[in-house]
Amino acid sequence: MMNPLKTLSRREKLGLLLIAGTLLVLPFMLATVGTAWVRITNFAVLFVLLSLGLNIVVGFAGLLDLGYIAFFAVGAYVYGLLASPHFGIHLPFWVILPIGAAVAGLAGAILGAPTLRLRGDYLAIVTLGFGEIVRIFMNNLSNPINLTNGPKGINRIDHFQIGNVNFAGTDTFFGLNFSGPIKYYYFLLVVLMAVIIINRRLKHSRIGRAWVAIREDEVAAKAAGINTRNIKLLAFSMGATFGGVAGGMFAAIQGFVSPESFILNESIMVLAMVVLGGMGNIWGVIAGAVLLSFMPEVLRYTVEPVQHALFGKMLIDPEVLRMLIFGFALVLTMRFRPAGLWPEALHRREMTENRT
Amino acid sequence: MAQALIEALNLEVHYGGIAAVKGISFAVEEGEMVCLIGANGAGKTSTLKALARMIPARGEIHYGKERIDGTPGYDLIRKGLALVPEGRGIFARLTVAENLSMGAYHRNDTADIAVDLDKIYVMLPRLKERAAQVAGTLSGGEQQMLAIGRALMGRPKLLLLDEPSMGLAPLMVEKVFEVVRDVAAQGMTVLLVEQNAKLALELCSRGYVMESGSITVADTAANLLADERVRAAYLGE
Repeated sequence: MMNPLKTLSRREKLGLLLIAGTLLVLPFMLATVGTAWVRITNFAVLFVLLSLGLNIVVGFAGLLDLGYIAFFAVGAYVYGLLASPHFGIHLPFWVILPIGAAVAGLAGAILGAPTLRLRGDYLAIVTLGFGEIVRIFMNNLSNPINLTNGPKGINRIDHFQIGNVNFAGTDTFFGLNFSGPIKYYYFLLVVLMAVIIINRRLKHSRIGRAWVAIREDEVAAKAAGINTRNIKLLAFSMGATFGGVAGGMFAAIQGFVSPESFILNESIMVLAMVVLGGMGNIWGVIAGAVLLSFMPEVLRYTVEPVQHALFGKMLIDPEVLRMLIFGFALVLTMRFRPAGLWPEALHRREMTENRT
Repeated sequence: MAQALIEALNLEVHYGGIAAVKGISFAVEEGEMVCLIGANGAGKTSTLKALARMIPARGEIHYGKERIDGTPGYDLIRKGLALVPEGRGIFARLTVAENLSMGAYHRNDTADIAVDLDKIYVMLPRLKERAAQVAGTLSGGEQQMLAIGRALMGRPKLLLLDEPSMGLAPLMVEKVFEVVRDVAAQGMTVLLVEQNAKLALELCSRGYVMESGSITVADTAANLLADERVRAAYLGE
C-alpha cells in the first residue's frame, strides 16, 4: 500500500504538522483557562469517535440509525460493571475495552439482523426503538438480580491505570503537570488516530466499496455479487464496535454511568454531527462533531455576559437561548449546505482524476 | 433442441396475497436472444427478478445443469448470470469507472479485468470519455449503457435485461438497442424484458407475451410480429 503521506503536497504537510502541533499542546493551553475546558475537549473527542462510528453505518452504508447511542451505552456499562465496586470486579482497562467493543459489536449485529429488509423511515423507527430498549433495560435490570443498579447507575468506576500512572490524579513528567483529564486527552488522541486510520482503510477497502454500492443501489449491489445481508450486518457491527470503545472510555472519564446519559437526544446529537459535517467524509464528520460539541459550551459561557452587556440584565435564560441558537444553526446549515459543511468531494475528485 | 441455458418451470411470484406471476414456464437456449413482452403490470419484471433471485419465488429455475432456485442472488454473477436491473440501478454517486469496476467486484483476475474494461470502452466509447464523471450526471441513455457495461464486466454467459428503453428518448433507445444487438452478436445469451414490443421483437429471435401473470403466446419473433392479436394489443396497429 502506498504511503499516504507521500501523496500530500508541501502545503498539506505543513498544515498537518500545524494541526498535530496544536493538538499536542492544546490541553496545556486549555488548562490555563480551566481544567473544565480540558474535560469539555475530552467529551468532544468522544463525540468525534461516536460520529466516526455512526458514519460507517449512515455515511458509508447509507443505513439510517437512530439508536446508535445504545452501543455507547453497552460499552460504558461493560466498563462500569467490570471495573467498579458494583460486582467487586476490577479488571484493567486494556482488558475491558476490547470486551466492551466485542459486546457492542455483537449488539450491533443483533440489532442489524431484524432490520435487514428495512430501509429509510422504517429502519429509523426500528433502530430508534432498539436504542430505547437498551436504555430501558439498563433502567430496570436491577430486579430480581441487581445487574445494572437501575436508574441510580454505577458509581466509583475505576480510572485507567498504566503501570504506576493512575489517570485519577496529577503526575509530573518532564516538569509538566499532567492532570487526570490531560492524561485522558492524550489517550483519546491516540485512540482517535487509530480510529481515523481504520476508517480510512475501511473506506477504500473491498468492504468499503461494497458499503457504498449498497448505499447507492441495493439490487444492483446484489447483482454485482455482494452479499448484501452480511455486508450490512458488518456495517452495523463495525459502527457499534467504535461506539463500544468510546463508551468504555466515557465510563472511566466520568467515573459514573447511568441510563440518563443514553437518551434519544444523544443519538440525535451524534446523527446531527454526522449529517451537519458531511455524511461519508471522515474529515467533515470530525468537523461536525467538534463544532457541535463545543458550540453549546461556548454559548453557555457567552450568552449570559453578552446579555448583561447589552441590556444590563438577563432577559432570556441561557439554557433556552442555547437550544434556540443551536437549532437555528442546524436549520441554516441544512438550508444552505444540504450535503453538510464538508461533504464527500465527488466533483473535486473528478477534477483531480481528469488532470492525471 | 439445443441445451437450455436457463429454464423456469411453474414459476410463481407473490406479493402478499397478490399473485404477480402465476406459474409460468419458459426457456432460453444458449446463444439465443429472447424477449418477454407485455403491458405494464403483466409480471415481466417480477419474472426477471425471480430468475435473478432478487425476490422470493416458487417453482424451479434451472441454469445449465444446475438448479438455482435455492441459490442466493449475490452468487449468480459468479455462475455467469448478470442482471441489468429495472431503472438501470447505477451507483449514482460513484464515477463511471468505479461503476464499471463494481461490475467486476466478484472477480480477482486483475489483468483480465483490465482487458475487459478496455473492451467495454471500445464498445462504448462514450463511457471512456466520461470515465471520471459521477454516474448520476450522465444522461439516461448513457446510464443505461453504463448499466449494461457494468453487467458485462462480470463476464456473464446470460444477460437479463430489464426494460432498457425505459424513460429514454427514441433516438437513445435505438442506440441502446444497437449495443444490445452487438452484445448478442458476440454470442451472449440474452433475455430481454421490454414494453416496447416492436423494437424487442425486431431484435430477438423468439418472444413470450405475458398478460396478468401468465404467458399467453409463445412463438418466433417473426410470427409474433405478424400475429393479429399481438399487433392489436402491443404494436398499436
